[in-house]
Amino acid sequence: MAYDSSAGGPSFAEGGYGALRLLAYLTVAVMLMVADHRGGYLTQVRTWLTALNEPLYRAAALPVVALRSLRDSVISRGVLVDERDRLNAEMLVARAQLARMDELQRENTRLRELMGSSRGLAMRVQLAHLADLDLDPFRHRIVLDQGSRQGVREGLAIIDAKGLVGQIVAVAPLRATGMLISDASHAVPVQVQRSGLRTIAYGTGEVDRLVVPNIPQSADVREGDLLLTSGMGGGFPAGLQVARIVRLLPDDTRLFVVAEAEPVAALDRSGEVLLVWVPEPELDVGPPHASQTTEDAPVDGAPSP
Amino acid sequence: MSRSRARPGLFFVSLLIALLLGLLPLPAGLAVFKPYWVALVLIYWLLEAPDRVGLGMAFVIGLVADLVYGTLFGEQAMRLIIIAFLVLRFRARLRFFPLSQQALAVLGLLLNDRVVSIGIRAFGGEGLPPASIWLAPLVGMLLWPWLFLLLDRVSTGLRK
Repeated sequence: MAYDSSAGGPSFAEGGYGALRLLAYLTVAVMLMVADHRGGYLTQVRTWLTALNEPLYRAAALPVVALRSLRDSVISRGVLVDERDRLNAEMLVARAQLARMDELQRENTRLRELMGSSRGLAMRVQLAHLADLDLDPFRHRIVLDQGSRQGVREGLAIIDAKGLVGQIVAVAPLRATGMLISDASHAVPVQVQRSGLRTIAYGTGEVDRLVVPNIPQSADVREGDLLLTSGMGGGFPAGLQVARIVRLLPDDTRLFVVAEAEPVAALDRSGEVLLVWVPEPELDVGPPHASQTTEDAPVDGAPSP
Repeated sequence: MSRSRARPGLFFVSLLIALLLGLLPLPAGLAVFKPYWVALVLIYWLLEAPDRVGLGMAFVIGLVADLVYGTLFGEQAMRLIIIAFLVLRFRARLRFFPLSQQALAVLGLLLNDRVVSIGIRAFGGEGLPPASIWLAPLVGMLLWPWLFLLLDRVSTGLRK
């Protein structure tokens, strides 16, 4: 019987690798993925096991570290002197700007206090180096050389000299993984610098493009506008540069405008980044707590004495 | 089978090197060309030593790779099992292909792997990746003959 030999025959059982075993393994893999993606049941296990990666990461970074130290040792004195002079000049300019900024900031804080706004610009930063690793060019993750031992925690903003780079999504004792703002699952609350319009910028999976959907037709947005973090939601400090709008397009419904923006920071490669701690807001944001409502202002319909 | 008598040491060392090569940072423009080293090495061992490397081993290697690369736990395990299944299924034929045809088969495997990984990521809500994602399998195909000859040379050298 021709049918018999083609299905379930000896060729199928060759080496004992039947479809059943494949199915069994696939099922286990799917279950693992769902457990990891959904419940985060595996987060603890993962944090634990990622510590084992450390020697591997060290080894992978070795060639780059060796190359760099070779370059450092053979680089000529003249180049170094030039570089120092240039950096000195740059620092002088930066200092001058900083002094002015300081004054502005003080004034700004005073004004904000007058207005009773809690949206702070103050922040604490810490320098971190990018590990010389490349996890997957299509995943928009970076590995930093600081972990929970240095006080890094999930949700910290990552910036470079120009603007927002991303945020920390996973922390191991000695390493932290960051998600870039260009990741397709990343979103950041932003504000158009010129008009103050608040909206949200989403990653697209391409390193040089963000999208800002659902802008009303009447909104004041132009090409070339700079997007800053708005500080809404408390995840990112306010006032960091995020992206510059390069194109405005009508969306599918023709009721809204979609803006395409180019990130300001050098996302594809920057050697050092800063981690930003946002101070806890002093004022309450969001809906009032239950205890507050009962104490301060009786809810409508509540029996009043 | 005399071919599969290769030392277990070489098997683990080659996989370790493949994992490291995958982590190696490339200049920004070249990053998209990075081939799936672990899969290439795994395919070699599936062809040469199927009594040691089976679906179970592919699964374990995939889980290790998931940990190292920080992917969803089980993602690479799934991709490698599918590759392993296909290779073992057609092993009798693949083994006697000339290297150029083997390289084409590897291209097919890697392209299929890309489809699987895009599917997994789409399920995870990551959206469609850019078109340059299809370049890496081509690099894998071009590398296959050299990798095969290298591993073959090393394993016969060790056996002497």
